[in-house]
Amino acid sequence: MSKQVTDILIVGVGGQGTLLTSRILADVAVQMGYDVKVSEVHGMAQRGGSVVTQVRYGKKVYSPIIKKGDADILLAFEKLEAARWLDYLKPDGMVIINDERVDPLPVMSGKVKYPEDIVDKIQKLIPNTRLINATEIAGQCGNTRAANVVLVGVLAAVAGLPVKEMENAIRSLVPEKAIDINLKAFEEGMKIIAN
Amino acid sequence: MKRLMIGNEAIARGAYEAGATVATAYPGTPSTEIVSSFAKFDDVYAEWSPNEKVALEVGIGASIGGARTLVAMKHVGVNVAADPLYTFAYTGVNGGLVLVSADDPGMHSSQNEQDNRGYGKFAKIPVLEPSDSQEALEFCKKGFELSEEFDTPVMMRITTRLAHSQTMVETGEKQEYEIKGYKKNAPKYVMLPANARARHVEVEKRILKLKEYAESSELNRIEWGDTSIGVITSGVPYQYVKEALPEVSILKLGMVNPLPENMIKEFSHKVERLIVIEELEPVIEEQIKSWGVKVEGKELFSLLGEYSPELIEEVLKGISNEDRYGLVKEIPGRPPLLCPGCPHRGVFYTLRKMRLMVAGDIGCYTLGALSPLDGMDTTICMGASIGTAMGMEKARGEEFAEKMVAVIGDSTFVHSGITPLIDIVYNQGTSTVLILDNDTTAMTGHQEHPATGKTITSQPTRKLDLVELVKSIGIENVQVVDPLKLDELQNALKEELGKREPSVIIAKRPCALIASKPSGVRYYVDPELCTGCKLCIRIGCTGINFLDEEKIAVMNDNNCVGCGLCPQICKFDAIKVLEV
Ligand SMILES: Cc1ncc(C[n+]2csc(CCOP(=O)(O)OP(=O)(O)O)c2C)c(N)n1
Repeated sequence: MSKQVTDILIVGVGGQGTLLTSRILADVAVQMGYDVKVSEVHGMAQRGGSVVTQVRYGKKVYSPIIKKGDADILLAFEKLEAARWLDYLKPDGMVIINDERVDPLPVMSGKVKYPEDIVDKIQKLIPNTRLINATEIAGQCGNTRAANVVLVGVLAAVAGLPVKEMENAIRSLVPEKAIDINLKAFEEGMKIIAN
Repeated sequence: MKRLMIGNEAIARGAYEAGATVATAYPGTPSTEIVSSFAKFDDVYAEWSPNEKVALEVGIGASIGGARTLVAMKHVGVNVAADPLYTFAYTGVNGGLVLVSADDPGMHSSQNEQDNRGYGKFAKIPVLEPSDSQEALEFCKKGFELSEEFDTPVMMRITTRLAHSQTMVETGEKQEYEIKGYKKNAPKYVMLPANARARHVEVEKRILKLKEYAESSELNRIEWGDTSIGVITSGVPYQYVKEALPEVSILKLGMVNPLPENMIKEFSHKVERLIVIEELEPVIEEQIKSWGVKVEGKELFSLLGEYSPELIEEVLKGISNEDRYGLVKEIPGRPPLLCPGCPHRGVFYTLRKMRLMVAGDIGCYTLGALSPLDGMDTTICMGASIGTAMGMEKARGEEFAEKMVAVIGDSTFVHSGITPLIDIVYNQGTSTVLILDNDTTAMTGHQEHPATGKTITSQPTRKLDLVELVKSIGIENVQVVDPLKLDELQNALKEELGKREPSVIIAKRPCALIASKPSGVRYYVDPELCTGCKLCIRIGCTGINFLDEEKIAVMNDNNCVGCGLCPQICKFDAIKVLEV
């Protein structure tokens, strides 16, 4: 049975902008006429904890959360978080990882070491893995904070999402004065896959 | 028009469409966005109450006054409001009242995972449980109708997953609701024993009528499928069942108290195996068992945590994707932590340095309990710090109190810290209480409270003066310090701990996320002076990192906000201002 619903898991560190990313994707899925469900994280975890938001769209969606082993795409804003949530990916799914390291408390306090080889390990397990230097690209577009939208561009290209609808969603969801930088970041993200 | 809404926004919309004009709440994840969304409608009154008991009491007044009223709180908030709730169940309503209890299975942001369907059962009031945002809107409207029809407060029980999931919602028109007339009715609203005895009779009659209603209500429905398994479920777990077991027969309960006994019995006769899938307590299962019906539930599914589609697959189909790649165990955890520039950080660093016993409380500052700050001995519930400190002192003596503080946030102090502070004065305790006044309710997303001087709609209002307040209840030793000036803080602590009298220290500095102007100061670590002692790393700030190979600290300029805390901690003056 082929999957009827597209499942995108967005993971990162509280404060990195996963919520905006999921809202852009959901907005586009709504514009495309799909049934959509999005599960968000509010509250305590937003203070620098591990956060996950989930976007599901298709003809009819029941659960707001993705079944482990079902995600089509895992979009990770941070390397360690990609590994933490890897079980959610379907066997032939795709991982998009921002080449960004944020040390969690146990690493900061010296209790454990940050696993440096984590991306290699993921790449060995999941051949379809893309490591993206989104923070740097966003910096070139004018603001490192638009890294999440660079990743949205990558994701849109991979998932074949319609560009005009994506741009509409970005315009309606980012603050007025950041629209240009974010549209540029989106475009650069798309280009990575096109090239 | 259809659009995406989180469950909480849909509830607010439902109340608005039902003509509700009053809404009250004290913030608490996952309930907060209900009343903050409602406050945005025109021609309504919404408030952040000082705590949940007050929220419900204001709600009760509004209902008796004839308005449809929405009251929202997180699950543990209902404990605070339980006293008025149980008796309001006796008096019943005038204008309809819906009380939303937002439970938190899995404890995403809570100190326990109690199941508040139990309150519905004990208070003998109807409990509705929606399974997506559309139902949240509709059930809320229905709740107001039932409230008035059956003369009862109605509880709507939601969970984090409903509160914070966006699903498609078709909104409706706002219904014109004329506020009900008010007529004095002491036998109904004055709960003296004689009146309450009569009302209790009404409560018992009402629950029987509600049981009858449950049998035919469209809130409960059967979706027939394969009859080898029949699942009884409600709320978001219904969606998980649809996902994981699309083939089975389902009895979906929209009203989980009281239960439709006959409907359930009939369903049980038509299926081979009857299973209840409910998160947390076996509230439905135990009632079904009490009718002598054979049913499975908690022997299959956990009493703990949040369910998921894969959990249901695992239990009933034996499919597991748990740690397929064997990566999970080598990944360090990522607990939440205090933000760079957070005024709470220096407080916990100092308390730990002074080796004090810390009776803690709930708020962002509870993160000071985590390693490496390790700055808290106890955390129970909102407001408990001050009473706990008093109890410690009475058990162990005044000398112990010299090495102990109670730590409480400003919003939490107003919520439930004032009465225990009165206890300290009244019963001659000597404890030192540290109020962390960051001018907001940070943990739940920066809501106003009485001491911020602004209302839920950001309108200026009379500001509660914490210094005058604590003085007026008899605290003679009151100091206000800046928690980013560690010397100032430490001196104040030493001074007040040394007194055999109660004291209050107010550590005053706005939350780093709302502070109007960043300091603008940049710092760097001088690699010549840094000895790699890692003292600065022990404040658990993402603004400063340690390079394992070079064995020195460096600033992380992306995160550092220039609060100036770490330079005060460095013993070698290695952290310096970057001149630009
Ligand atoms: C009875 C109850 N209501 C609400 C909450 C949710 N909650 C936890 S802490 C808190 C207030 C935090 O504000 P404050 O004390 O000012 O500390 P801050 O987070 O600003 O540091 C709230 C509303 C709760 N845990 N218990």
